[in-house]
Parts: sequence; C-alpha cells; structure tokens
Amino acid sequence: MPPPTATRSDALLALRGVGKTFANGTLALKGFDFEVHASEFVSLLGPSGCGKSTALRIIAGLSEPSEGSVVWPSPRTPTDGESRIGFVFQEPTLMPWTTVFNNVLLPLKLKGIPSGRAREPVSAALDRVGLNDFGRVYPRELSGGMRMRVSIARALVTEPELLLMDEPFAALDEITRFKLNNDLLAVWQTLRTTVVFVTHSVFESVYLSNRIVVMAARPGRVFTELAIDAPYPRDQNFRTSPEYAAFCRRTSEALAQAMAAGGQP
Amino acid sequence: MAAESGSPLARGRAEGRKRDRALRIALPLIVLALVLAIWELAVRIGNIPPYVLPDPALILRTLVNDWSVLFQSLLVTLLTTFEGFLLAAVGGVGLAVLFNQSRLVEYSLYPYAVILQVTPIVAVAPLLLIYLPQPLAVLACAWIVAFFPVLANTTLGLRSVDRNLTDLFSLYGASRWQILWNLKLPSALPYILGGLRIAGGLSLIGAVVAEIAAGSAGSGSGLAYRISESGYRLNIPRMFAALLLLSVAGIVIFYLLSLINYLALRRWHESALEVER
Repeated sequence: MPPPTATRSDALLALRGVGKTFANGTLALKGFDFEVHASEFVSLLGPSGCGKSTALRIIAGLSEPSEGSVVWPSPRTPTDGESRIGFVFQEPTLMPWTTVFNNVLLPLKLKGIPSGRAREPVSAALDRVGLNDFGRVYPRELSGGMRMRVSIARALVTEPELLLMDEPFAALDEITRFKLNNDLLAVWQTLRTTVVFVTHSVFESVYLSNRIVVMAARPGRVFTELAIDAPYPRDQNFRTSPEYAAFCRRTSEALAQAMAAGGQP
Repeated sequence: MAAESGSPLARGRAEGRKRDRALRIALPLIVLALVLAIWELAVRIGNIPPYVLPDPALILRTLVNDWSVLFQSLLVTLLTTFEGFLLAAVGGVGLAVLFNQSRLVEYSLYPYAVILQVTPIVAVAPLLLIYLPQPLAVLACAWIVAFFPVLANTTLGLRSVDRNLTDLFSLYGASRWQILWNLKLPSALPYILGGLRIAGGLSLIGAVVAEIAAGSAGSGSGLAYRISESGYRLNIPRMFAALLLLSVAGIVIFYLLSLINYLALRRWHESALEVER
C-alpha cells in the first residue's frame, strides 16, 4: 500500500484506502481515497452501484469501513461529535406523526437541549429554507419540495461543519430541483458549511460544486476529479452560459470513461 | 380547486357520495325491518310458543321488564371486558416492547405467547376456574384472548420503522430509550391501535366464554351467566334479550375504539385521512 498522501492543511476529513465489503460479498468500495476541504462544495458523481452512497454513510459513521480509515485531522470531541455532521437522505425522511417544527427540533431534542433554548435555532433553520410559517403543519400537508426543505432545515439546525446529502433532489421535478439548487447554494454561501453532495446528475453536480469527484463502479473507487472553478454566486445566467455547457461536456466525458472503466452491471 | 368544486362533475360526485352514505345506512335498516317482520309473522301465524321462539316484540318487552337484572349483569360483563382489555393493552404493548429490546426474552417467551393464543379458551377456562377465584379466572380468560393481537401487531409495528429515520436517530447519538419513545412507539401507533381494535371485541368474547364456564360451575352474575341460567329455566325471551345486549355492547366497543383510532391518527396516517379529490 502506498504511504498516505500528506493531508492538506484545510482538510476537514480524509478517507484513506477505504474499502467496504457487505456481508453478502458485494464489494462496494475498494481503495477509496477522498479528501474534503473546509467550506468546499464537493460532489460525488457516478453511475448507480458505484458506492457513492456507501462512501457517504461511512463518512457519517452510519457504516463501518471494512478496511482503511476515516480521518478527521482536527480533534473531534466525542460528546458533541455527532452534531458536526448533518445528513440529508434521498427521501425527506420526516416523522409523519408530528409537526414540521418538531421534526426540525429532533436533533436538538436528541442532544438533550431543553425546548426553551431550542426554539430559536429551529426558527432560524426554518427561516433559512423559507418555511417559517409552516412550523405547525404536518409533513404530509406539504409538497415534495417543501418536505425536502424541512429535511434540509433539520440537517442545518445543529449548525454542522459538514453537510452530507445523498441524492436529495433526485425524486423532485426539474423546476423544483432548480429552485432548491439555488436555495441550497444561497444557504451554503451564507453558512460556509462544507457540503458533500452525492448525485448521478452531471448538470446538477456542475451547477453546485467547486469540485466533482467522478467514481467508477465494481469496485467503487475514485476515477478522476474535476475542478469547477466558475465563480459564485451562480444563477440562471450560469446555467445557460457556454462555460457551464463546457463544464458539463467535460464532466459527461469523464463520467462516460468512468462507466467504461467500471465492470458490467 | 375552487373552480373544480363548482363543476358539474364535482357536484355530481358529491351527490353520489351523499347517496352512497344514505344507502349504507338505509339498506341494513330495511333488511333488519324485513327480518323482524317475517319473524314476528312466522311466530304469530305458526302459533309458536315463546319457549321455542319468542317474537321480537316479546324480546323487547322482556328487555324492558328485566332491565334491572340485565343491566346489573351487563355492568359486570362490561367491567370484566374493560379490565381484560386494559390488561391486554398494557401486557401486549409491554411484552412487545420487551421483545423488541431483548432478543433473548423474545426467543424465550414468544412460543408460549403463541401457545396461549392457539389453545382454545373454552378448553382453558374450566382449568383456570379450578385454580383461580372466579372473578380472577374470568379476567384471566378475557386477557388471554385479547392480548395476543396487541402483542403481534405491536411487534410488527416496532419492526416497521423507517430505516432512514433509524439512521438519523443513530447519527444524532440517540439513546435506546429515545429511539423507543420518540421513534419506535410513534411509528408503531397505527399498528398498536389496530391491535387494540381487535382486542376490544376479543376481550368481550373471553369474558363471555369464562362466564359461561363459571356459570356451569355454579356462580357468577354476568350477562353470559344470565344466558345460560335462562337457558336452564327455558326463559328463552330473556336469553334473546341478554344476547341483544351483548351484541350492542360489542358494537359500541368496536366503534368506540375506531373513534379513538381515528382521533389519534387523523392528522398523519393514511388509514385515517379523508382524501379530497
């Protein structure tokens, strides 16, 4: 095994030679090297089955790597360690039996913060996603896009250093997705939270990210990396610019090569 | 939406729903009236004596005349049913939670819960009456019959928790207790309420079976005891009157539990939502 590469000074976390084999023998990841820098927006892009969700779950600590390690260079205090991470799932994953407010409150409640002190951060998080008037509403009374906003507000309520998003907008229609892309970028620019965003959409990854990590499947590994060094804020003009189209073409080509390099499904 | 509601199609549909509801109430009543009329006629024309088959009018008169006796018995049976139901609810949910928390306890006890369920209660009741004082034996029967659906449903509910939500809870370092209280029990609630709805009817059945068994052992004053007692005395009208009260009690229990179910779930669960189209 090659010696681990030096960690960049602003690295928030690094995955070193991470492998994951599931109990049924599926090799999801092998030799996965990946570094996340503070305040960046990085996307993991790849075909389905390339282990990008698995990588995200390993970062979150929801899954243990079979080999390799996850390194947080800055010391991590175990008591509030979990609050360093916010996670947004593919589905909104809200508790249907309670209100939007209580859903966003959940992370603070689980950390034992009394509801008196939690009221303010919950309102702030709901504000950030434009849902301040919806605290008393039940999730099923909301549209799919609004539910996803609640899910994002919940992930933001602990003010995490690292926001992990697992194809959060895949199930939404294009208009809603564009709107949420813009809102997510606005939130990211305000908070400067580091984001790791898993997607299988070339266009989405180019629009959002500083950096795209293209993955290949069977076994899941990093195929190549692309820097998207277009300035923020990005908006509708960027979406229709030749620059954006050029980034998308390059990313598509990289993805095509990654898929050719990956084994047959 | 506003434009929709005025359209002939929507209006027609609303009227259709109203007609449907009226039919659902009216048709069973018409059937009831027909059956009662035929019954009454058959008894009168055939001159059937009341100790063979009383006519509906006589049953109603018996119900009114014997009301004080029957009502006392109804209260006894209802109290047993209620206690049995309460114990079944607490025991069923409690045991399911215990099973959910500890595999070992589940493996050790679950087979016996099944055995309790599959052994016919009619066969168990006489034995219970030997070893337990009579009120306790009756209660035990009501409990045995009623607790299993609560246990089985709650067990299923506690296992049917959204996986992502479970991940979310562990991401935020939730304790076992927090997971149980804030995640598992709320998501199991529709299942628990479904189990309770079945248990309500079953605890009445359990109480009745035990009373019948106890009645033949010579004591008791519940409705079922009245039925067997009246049977020995060939007081057939009173048998019917008591039976009528039992059915009404069963219906009331069922609808009461359905109402609780609806009130608890109407804000969020598919089963209780009124769909607007």
